[in-house]
Amino acid sequence: MCGICGCSQPGKINNRLQPVNGRVHQHDNDHGHQHHDHEAERLVKVEQDLLSKNNTYAEQNRAYFQQHNIFTLNLVSSPGAGKTTLLVETIKVLKDRFPIAVIEGDQQTEHDADRIRATGVPALQINTGRACHLDAHGIGHAIMELGIKANSLLAIENVGNLVCPSSFDLGEAHKVVVLSVTEGDDKPLKYPDMFHAADLMLINKTDLLPYVDFDVERCINYARQVNPDIQIIQLSSTKGDNFSVWTDWLAAHVKLESHV
Amino acid sequence: MHELSLLENVREILENHAVSQKFSKVTKVTLEIGKLSSVEPEALRFGFDVVMKGSLAENAELIISDIAGLGVCQQCSLQVEMETSHEPCSHCGSPFVKVIQGAEMKIKDLIVI
Ligand SMILES: Nc1nc2c(ncn2[C@@H]2O[C@H](COP(=O)(O)OP(=O)(O)OP(=O)(O)O)[C@@H](O)[C@H]2O)c(=O)[nH]1
Ligand SMILES: [Mg+2]
Ligand SMILES: [Zn+2]
Ligand SMILES: [Zn+2]
Ligand SMILES: [Zn+2]
Ligand SMILES: [Zn+2]
Repeated sequence: MCGICGCSQPGKINNRLQPVNGRVHQHDNDHGHQHHDHEAERLVKVEQDLLSKNNTYAEQNRAYFQQHNIFTLNLVSSPGAGKTTLLVETIKVLKDRFPIAVIEGDQQTEHDADRIRATGVPALQINTGRACHLDAHGIGHAIMELGIKANSLLAIENVGNLVCPSSFDLGEAHKVVVLSVTEGDDKPLKYPDMFHAADLMLINKTDLLPYVDFDVERCINYARQVNPDIQIIQLSSTKGDNFSVWTDWLAAHVKLESHV
Repeated sequence: MHELSLLENVREILENHAVSQKFSKVTKVTLEIGKLSSVEPEALRFGFDVVMKGSLAENAELIISDIAGLGVCQQCSLQVEMETSHEPCSHCGSPFVKVIQGAEMKIKDLIVI
C-alpha cells in the first residue's frame, strides 16, 4: 500500500527528509562561475494542496477497494453517538451474508475493537494519539494488516469528532454521519462541513425521543439545508426500531458478484 | 479544525521541495486559503512558528492570501459570491450551488535561500 512512503519496507525511513546541510551545488547551466549571488533569495513555485498527500493515499485505498469489491464506509459522529453499538448490531444481522471487517479509530484504548471482535469479525484498532482524525495513510496500513476479503463490507469507525474527519478522505465509498437524538437537532447547522461531506445521516437513539427535546423534522430540514442530497434513516441501535432499513441499504450496496 | 496537522504537511512539502529544488532555508511561505475551505487562518498563524521550529523554515515569514468564495447556481445558472460552502443561491434561493472557487488550501510559493 505504501508505494509512496515506502514505510513498509524494512530499513527505509518514511519520507521525512532532513534539510540539506551540505548543500548540493549544481551546474546545469553553464554559468561561468560567478558565485556572488548564491546566497540570493529566490522564488520557488509550489502550488500544492495541503491535503495532497492524504488525497494520494486515499486514491490508492479507493483503487484497492474497487479492485477487490470492498464496500467501504467511513462512520463519523461526535463521541458517544452510538457508532460502535450500531456496528455490533449490524454485524449480528449481516455477518452470515458476506464478510465484514472493521477498522476502529480512537485516540486511546482497544475497547471498541474488542467489542467488534466479540462478534466474531476481524477488527483492527488504530490509536491516533494526539490526532483527532484518521488519515488515509494509516488506513492503507490497516487494510494490509487486516487482510480484508474480497466482496465484503469494510466499516471504518472514525474518531468521535464532528469537525476534522470531514476533510480527510480515507478512500471510502460514503461517509455516514451518525447523530443521536440526545445531541440536539441543530447539529447539522453547527457542524455543516461534516453534514455536507456525508452521503447518509443516521438519526440514532430514536427510542429516546419521548424523553428529549429533539425535533426530527427540524433536524432533517437543517441537514438538507447544508446538503440537499443527503439520505436519512432514523433508527434505534439498541431497541432495533427501523434497523432493517439500514441493514437493507447496506446489503444492497455490497454487491456480491465479483467484477474482475 | 486540525490546523496543526495541516502545518505538519506544509513542513513536509517544504522538506521535499528543499531536496528537489535544492535550497537549505525558507524565509517566506505564502499560503492560499479559500474562504470556503474550513481552515481558520488565525489558527494557522498561531501554530506556524511552533511547527516550523527546528525545520528549514524556522523563523520564516507566513503570508496567507485569502481566496473569495464563488459558486454557480445549478438552478438559475448565475455566478454568486459565497460566505460559506453550504448557503443557498443569493438570487433564487436554490440550495444547489456548486462551489467553483474558495475551497483551496495550498502552498502557493516560497522565498528560499
Ligand atoms: N438508548 C439508546 N442508547 C444507545 C443507542 N445506541 C447507542 N447507545 C448507547 O450510547 C452509548 C455510546 O455508544 P457507543 O456505541 O459506544 O458510541 P460511539 O459513537 O461508538 O462512541 P465513541 O467511539 O466513544 O465515539 C452506549 O451507552 C450505548 O449503549 C440507541 O439506539 N439507543
Ligand atoms: Mg465507538
Ligand atoms: Zn506507509
Ligand atoms: Zn557554480
Ligand atoms: Zn483532526
Ligand atoms: Zn440561483
